[in-house]
Amino acid sequence: MNHLFTNTGSASFTEFLGAYAPNLLPTREQALAAPVGDQIPHATTIVAVTCAGGVVMAGDRRATSGNIISQRDIEKVFRTDDYSCMGIAGTASMGLEVARLFRVELEHYEKTEGRSLSTEGKAQRLATMIRGNLGMAMQGLAVVPLFAAYDPNAGKGRIFSYDVGGGPYEQHDHHSIGSGSIFARGSLKKLYRPDSTPRDAVLACLHALYDAADDDSATGGPDVTRKIWPVVAVITEDGFRRLPDEEVAELVQSMLEGRMTEPEGPTAPLR
Amino acid sequence: MSMPFGYASPEQIMRDRAEYARKGIARGRSVVVMQYADGILFVAPNPSKALHKISEIYDRIGFAAVGRYNEFESLRLAGIRYADINGYTFNRSDVTGRGLANLYAQQLGMIFTESIKSLEVEIVVAEVGEAPADDQIYRLTFDGSVFDEQGMAVIGGQSDAVAGRLKERYQDGLPLPRALDAALAALTEPGGDRPPAAQLEVAVLDRSREHRKFLRLTGARLERLLAEAEASAGPPETPEGAESAESAESPGTADEGTAPAGGEAPPPTAPEGDVDTGSPE
Repeated sequence: MNHLFTNTGSASFTEFLGAYAPNLLPTREQALAAPVGDQIPHATTIVAVTCAGGVVMAGDRRATSGNIISQRDIEKVFRTDDYSCMGIAGTASMGLEVARLFRVELEHYEKTEGRSLSTEGKAQRLATMIRGNLGMAMQGLAVVPLFAAYDPNAGKGRIFSYDVGGGPYEQHDHHSIGSGSIFARGSLKKLYRPDSTPRDAVLACLHALYDAADDDSATGGPDVTRKIWPVVAVITEDGFRRLPDEEVAELVQSMLEGRMTEPEGPTAPLR
Repeated sequence: MSMPFGYASPEQIMRDRAEYARKGIARGRSVVVMQYADGILFVAPNPSKALHKISEIYDRIGFAAVGRYNEFESLRLAGIRYADINGYTFNRSDVTGRGLANLYAQQLGMIFTESIKSLEVEIVVAEVGEAPADDQIYRLTFDGSVFDEQGMAVIGGQSDAVAGRLKERYQDGLPLPRALDAALAALTEPGGDRPPAAQLEVAVLDRSREHRKFLRLTGARLERLLAEAEASAGPPETPEGAESAESAESPGTADEGTAPAGGEAPPPTAPEGDVDTGSPE
């Protein structure tokens, strides 16, 4: 423990961990004997939408291993600090570990330096972590995050996407990742309204997830019988807030009622 | 007694080191750490907005220090690394104030015995629990002694005098404004002016907060709280007799750092007199 006192390197927890206990890093050097991609759980669809004075992120609750549903109530949207969150798609276990490390990374910087990282700085740190995992991604253990943050300097919500090689790519208005993302993105294109209220943005996310679950077998729709609802996070000037289950349930119910008469969901005006 | 030139007995060395450290620590202003109804309050007169005396270590753990800035800053950073690495390795709930206090005690004790100069710092590690009974406040001195404080701790400066004034006003479960009032009254010399908001560093470990309990109170929020504290300040319930005699006496005792020759010689190591045996009793 003594070189805790002499290590006065940068404020990055990941760098410190790499020097102090490299075995704890999510990134590992060893190659897999055989690709295992299909046998371990994969997390699926995440959507994020900007709204007036903030950003909303939502994720479905399904994890799949090949054609098996391995978990019905997995959580894939994580608070990373007071003004940011991330969602994960791809190998669930790797994603959980990256999210955990990323949270400590942001907090570590904040505590040592006495200020939060800039939004770009946060997005950049996450890119470095994902790039570090490139070797494993090539072996089938890919993890791709979606990062959303409220930027106090700009006074608005921002969304960053990544690929297995890193990133970040700043996305405007809305974005989606994971197996159902194609369908979710199509849905969001039609449902996105600039400067909508956070509540409307949440509704758009729920519709997009429903549409994704409609067409993608790896994305779970709202489970009414078990009362498993999507995880929804809203980040505004007031900070990160995960919507309580009752609130999400109410919104989902109203969406489902609408879908009873219009199974394809709301239609966008043609002209 | 004939001694070889340059010889100093170990006892003398320890005493000199302790004396040196104690002088350095007594030079600054005091810092108050105390329990209040919803957690633990930290108050430090500190004109600097950048060089903090109070800081967050982990979800439930706060840190306060007096003495040389560079020395306690390195302790603070080490504490953050310790907490973050343990929380990451195990679980966030597995990081405890006790573990951190032990780590600091080892480091302080080692430096005190092995280095030419001991660290001129005194620190408090405080952990807020689910209920007031689970709150912990550990005070650590330059020689590595750990004191498990009940309810309140005062470090640095004229700590005895400040602790005396704080004891008069301290009660279990004070609401925040009243606790702040008590802390400020303790930090202000009788008849003196209270420091304005710009000269104060105030933070709380608030058990009702989610995730991270540590919160710095600054700007308008602090101004508001100070106004409430002012309003809540009832007539000081000072029983005459014993208390006033004690407070009249205490400036003299607190001065011992600068005037060591007077009266009984200070004990060799721990400022409280007893040599630390490792057990809090």
